[in-house]
Amino acid sequence: MIDSIFHYEFLQNAFASGLIIGFIAPLLGVFIVVRRLSLIADALSHVTLAGIAGSLYLSQSVGALALLNPLYLGIVASVTGSLFIERLRRLYKHYEELAIPIIMSAGLGFGAIFISLAEGFSSDLFSYLFGSVSAVSRQDLWIIIGIALIVIVFLSLFFKELFVLSFDEEYAKASGLPAKWIHVLFMIVTALVIAGSMRIVGILLVSSLMTLPVAAAMRISKSFKQAILLSVIFGELSVIVGLVSAFYLDLAPGGTIVVTSIIILLLTIFSKKIGSKGAVSG
Amino acid sequence: MGSPLINLHNISYQYEQTKALIDINLTIAEGDFLAIIGPNGSGKSTLLKIILGLLKPTSGEVLLFGKPVNQFKEKERIGYVSQKSNSFNTGFPATVTEVVRSGLVKKTGLFHRYPANVNKQVRQALKSVGMDEYSMKNIGDLSGGQQQRVFIARALISNPNVLILDEPTVGVDSKNVKSFYNMLSHLNREHNITIVLVTHDVDAVSKSISHVACLNQRIHFHGFKNEMDQMSDEQLEAWYGHAVRKVDHQSEVKS
Ligand SMILES: Nc1ncnc2c1ncn2[C@@H]1O[C@H](COP(=O)(O)OP(=O)(O)O)[C@@H](O)[C@H]1O
Ligand SMILES: [Mg+2]
Repeated sequence: MIDSIFHYEFLQNAFASGLIIGFIAPLLGVFIVVRRLSLIADALSHVTLAGIAGSLYLSQSVGALALLNPLYLGIVASVTGSLFIERLRRLYKHYEELAIPIIMSAGLGFGAIFISLAEGFSSDLFSYLFGSVSAVSRQDLWIIIGIALIVIVFLSLFFKELFVLSFDEEYAKASGLPAKWIHVLFMIVTALVIAGSMRIVGILLVSSLMTLPVAAAMRISKSFKQAILLSVIFGELSVIVGLVSAFYLDLAPGGTIVVTSIIILLLTIFSKKIGSKGAVSG
Repeated sequence: MGSPLINLHNISYQYEQTKALIDINLTIAEGDFLAIIGPNGSGKSTLLKIILGLLKPTSGEVLLFGKPVNQFKEKERIGYVSQKSNSFNTGFPATVTEVVRSGLVKKTGLFHRYPANVNKQVRQALKSVGMDEYSMKNIGDLSGGQQQRVFIARALISNPNVLILDEPTVGVDSKNVKSFYNMLSHLNREHNITIVLVTHDVDAVSKSISHVACLNQRIHFHGFKNEMDQMSDEQLEAWYGHAVRKVDHQSEVKS
């Protein structure tokens, strides 16, 4: 009895978090993809790894921090990384993409050091790398809800500015929009979503949930509004199918979610081909 | 001649290594249709960006509507169609309506929604560039010339006093260039929109424009287009490096 309530709660945490992430990650992902920032999302997820690993190490070695939720340091690392990327992109004006390998290696480098310093959290680490159905705590869920609220407030306040910035950056500046500040806020919010999504899909696959549903939606949508709607639908579909199959087949949800979204992507590519060839029997 | 809308005083601009503009003085008055012409790399785009406040001049002063450019807040009074619009991301999932509507972003203001009658405004703007039938099309599915018209509609929707265009006919096939300039003429004459245009199609544009500025780091000539043949051979040489055909001054001149 107690056992099943316990099971009920961890499933509740995982599914509630999953549904929230399936909504906000592709929603923000639309802007990330059209602004060609997908690789930056990837780099940030590796920085988040450094924060998580550092936090796991700290809670092992500093008694007072034993109960520290690694998500917090993950968030700090991710947001710091996003600000560094902006700094680097301005420093290397003519080689903006150089910021990505720099930040990515920094994240992985620190991550590797903390992982080897700390001992015996390989199972924890596995769940952070590839996601987990069972490891999402109530506290994680609350953090994710908080992040979701920030994303929704941010997008509803700056939606039209973000559209202009994404479609035509120079035009945005010529119109006198505070393009720089909106962009910095955007990067911080992206860093938050990456840190928040990592519990469910895992660090290595976070950026996939921000990009694959969007890639599928862009194949078949006629308007920006439709692209957003379809991205969210595909994201939710991937998370639901992925979490259920991960639970029953005892697989890492990061894998099942991403494979589901790849299948959706292939279906949209395939359906578009059929559509453009006209009626196909069968 | 109308009142001056844009004043450039002793503008110079230096990129890290390149001196792009030297000591530019230029006044653009209400109702002008000015073509800025000059060889590649002569600083045309740089000059437009300085007018728009996208680049800060190394020295000199820009006045927009009588105010220094950094104090000028009503950016919606100046519509801009950039050179890069020709090569924007064609895969972007947006309809013509969504793109044109975004021209109201500054006028609407941060934290506000677009006004309730925004669709009517979009239709009007599209109509004035002859694109009202395309409102639901994906922007990437249009031809270069049609996209350029959509970008002009995006600039027009905020009812600007000035329209600034950087080589808008690159990528537009030659048979549509003429109707494109006719449309600009119409905006200039019937809607009293001041137009500043960078172009290479000196012949095609000559019927529409009132003024010419010949630029190559410096302004080598600025005046009514029919005065352009007062340029001496030395001036022409200094401007373009070799003799060029002068603008056809037989065509009608706007009064
Ligand atoms: N972002 C930049 N950085 C450095 N030099 C530039 C930059 N943009 C333009 N230039 C240089 O400044 C000069 C003027 O360029 P530009 O204004 O684009 O000329 P145009 O539009 O007349 O072809 C050219 O020599 C060009 O190489
Ligand atoms: Mg140019």
